[in-house]
Amino acid sequence: MADRQYELVYILPPDTTEQQVADLQSQVDGVVSRMHGQIANTENWGRKRLAYEIGHHKEGLYVLQVVNGNGELMKELDRRLKVMDLVIRHMVVRVDEEKKVVDRTQTKRRTESERRRVKRGLPPQRQPGEGRSAVDSDDSDDDRFDGVEV
Amino acid sequence: MPFGQGRSGGGGGRGRGGDKKPGDKEKGQRRTLFRRRKVCKFCADKIDDINYKDVKLIGPFVPERGKILPRRISGTCAKHQRKLQTAIKRARQIALIPYVTD
Repeated sequence: MADRQYELVYILPPDTTEQQVADLQSQVDGVVSRMHGQIANTENWGRKRLAYEIGHHKEGLYVLQVVNGNGELMKELDRRLKVMDLVIRHMVVRVDEEKKVVDRTQTKRRTESERRRVKRGLPPQRQPGEGRSAVDSDDSDDDRFDGVEV
Repeated sequence: MPFGQGRSGGGGGRGRGGDKKPGDKEKGQRRTLFRRRKVCKFCADKIDDINYKDVKLIGPFVPERGKILPRRISGTCAKHQRKLQTAIKRARQIALIPYVTD
């Protein structure tokens, strides 16, 4: 069975040293490789303001890792991160299924638009300078509009 | 009589029911009650993926108080409101968005 894909986000205190971050990542790496998973991607978002205080911290270092593996692996990772004092918050989210759905709708939309364009005798891709420009899409904050229009 | 039948049309106050009514132009005063037609932002902009990491996208749907903006105000369609809801809840968990603000 194909591996599932998970996103693992964790937050470290802002005064964590680079060395500690590297240590933690190698620990995660060890668990992942021991349980036959692999890390597809690691993103360091750096220092960010927290929306609310977590254990008297107002800022945190965010790390995102995309992990391919099975549920057992994520369970183990979750358990270990929960125990670690260095990690002030973490979250595991499964992403492969949603990704699949998004990809499918996007390709479907693209092929459909290409089909319709070809039917109208146009080249399948949209040409620059064609159709309505993006000028009239400036009402981006309109979603809250609930008032009176004169 | 089954309970549901007696109140047909009772739930009409929600969603599209409250939008523009073309036959409502009586006098000059009444016209100012027009609501602009609300459109789901995610349908209109063709955003398929409502991701919890994208605070810029989610932000407008979380007013100052920190609550999720209801569908009847934002005009988001049911499908996207559901996705938005999970995205907001995830973003809250990792402190990108507040749970409450006083």
